[in-house]
Amino acid sequence: MIKTILIDDEPLAREVVKEYLEAFPQVQVIEECGDGFEGLKAIQQHQPDLIFLDIQMPKINGFEMLELIDQPPAVIFTTAFDEYAIRAFEAHAVDYLLKPFGRDRFNKAVNKWLEQQHSERSKQNAYAVAEAVTQTSEHDRVVVKTGSKITIIPVTDIEFLEADDDYVKIHTSAGSYLKNKTMSYFDQWLSAKQFVRIHRSFIVHVDQITRLDPYEKETYTAILKNGKKLPVSKTGYGKLKQVLGL
Amino acid sequence: MATSLLHSTRLKLIFLGSWVGWSLLQIGLLWWLDLDWNTALIDSLVSNTLLMAASALISNNLQFYQPEKGRYAYVAIWCLILSAIYVFAGQWIVGYLEPQKTAYLDFFYKSLPVRFSFGFLMIGWVALLSIIWYTRQDQREAEKRKADAERLSREAELYKLRQQLQPHFLFNSLNSISALVGRKPEEARTMVHQLSDFLRGTLRKEENEWVTLAEELQHLQLYLDIEKVRFGHRLTTEISQGEGCGDLKLPAMLLQPLVENAIKFGLYDTTGLVIISINACCEDNYLVLTIQNPYDPNTSNPRRGTGFGLSGVKRRLYLLFARHDLLQTSGETNIFTTSVKIPQV
Repeated sequence: MIKTILIDDEPLAREVVKEYLEAFPQVQVIEECGDGFEGLKAIQQHQPDLIFLDIQMPKINGFEMLELIDQPPAVIFTTAFDEYAIRAFEAHAVDYLLKPFGRDRFNKAVNKWLEQQHSERSKQNAYAVAEAVTQTSEHDRVVVKTGSKITIIPVTDIEFLEADDDYVKIHTSAGSYLKNKTMSYFDQWLSAKQFVRIHRSFIVHVDQITRLDPYEKETYTAILKNGKKLPVSKTGYGKLKQVLGL
Repeated sequence: MATSLLHSTRLKLIFLGSWVGWSLLQIGLLWWLDLDWNTALIDSLVSNTLLMAASALISNNLQFYQPEKGRYAYVAIWCLILSAIYVFAGQWIVGYLEPQKTAYLDFFYKSLPVRFSFGFLMIGWVALLSIIWYTRQDQREAEKRKADAERLSREAELYKLRQQLQPHFLFNSLNSISALVGRKPEEARTMVHQLSDFLRGTLRKEENEWVTLAEELQHLQLYLDIEKVRFGHRLTTEISQGEGCGDLKLPAMLLQPLVENAIKFGLYDTTGLVIISINACCEDNYLVLTIQNPYDPNTSNPRRGTGFGLSGVKRRLYLLFARHDLLQTSGETNIFTTSVKIPQV
């Protein structure tokens, strides 16, 4: 038996998928979810083989949800209109259904997955799409998961980011959060006008800097509003100078 | 092309009047200088007719060949040449008409410098007037073109702003219909009708058209009914209006994007029930519309409220009323409020 979960905020949209799935008796819908939080919980609880995932949903979108899952299942995306995402799907050869979709198109997508369900590639590709989209689209927030708690951090609340082994530690006035990403991931998508990578291990929100003190030859120490001190490398200082217009 | 100076009846009369006036003046002057009436009349008519022809010629030419800025010397040279032609042609014609009057011909010859100077002044003056006239006309035309272009671009912009119908809405509505067709065909049919009526209403509205609040609310109801088919399990709307507000007017399709924005904001920023309230009231000379939706102040940037879809409405209000203060937003304890004031003209 193949376990599947439907994640879409419109009940009628889930109805269509359920109806079309009746043609596949080996596939069983074990849960229906109306938003990313529910979806995340259901995926962790049931470990489905396949999910049907909408993109635009309350609170966290489909991609943000996918990024929070340690071992994502195979995904067939369902979306109405999203030029941006469609380009990413094409680029990573991930299957997607454009609403409204007909039975033929749906069957094709499911059959294709059934044929190659044992290959790991499809799962990895879906994750890669999620990463690519969240990295390049204009985002103003970061979604993190601590245990089972999900926190949405507006970018403006970030004080600085710190490399921490395989993770990045996001520091805000309310506390710090770990995200399973690399420094260069953040360096790429955070606005270059507000965030500067001042050191191999630090990205700082420029508004947080109150002072720059010379440290050693050609390196500096940045002193933040909250009193924290961060090292600034030679190249980091160059970038900082450019942004601050020194 | 600029209209010719001599096409205006008033100017034609002035031109002829000047010709008659100057002719009479010259007759008088020549008589004063001891010429007999007959000779004075011939001299005056010949001179002034030639002068008028020269003036008409230069004025007409300036209509087609306007001197570039700073190239007025050419015009002066043309005036000099025309003046010279004017005096010598005059001399030849009077010599032809009155070959026996040697004393008069001698007088004419002696007065050549005076006649030349006078002719130059007259032709120069007409040339100057023509240049000013045609330049002003060109300017007026350029201004009109500019105003026309601005009006067109404004209309195009307004049209575009009004047409920003979210493709999301359309495709998702069609998807809902697709879902209903199988199990609840009657409801599917109803929704097809609602969607058609809504789209027809959107297309039919003329540019810059003002509609009454009652009409706009009726159109809005179609939109809300469709959204309720999609999100009925979460979405509730409350519409209230002050007494006598129904007849107040507002630009067509102004309320709908605000409500669309509130619904999106409410549905995507929270996970629970969403109540959208729309209130209309009259204040002084304004129709005030207030739209409220729930939101989560912890996760949503207050700025996002304006970036979401309100900027189009803001721009439209500015294009219509040249004011920036008609759209206001505020967020308070989980409720986001958008209010718009529409001046009643």
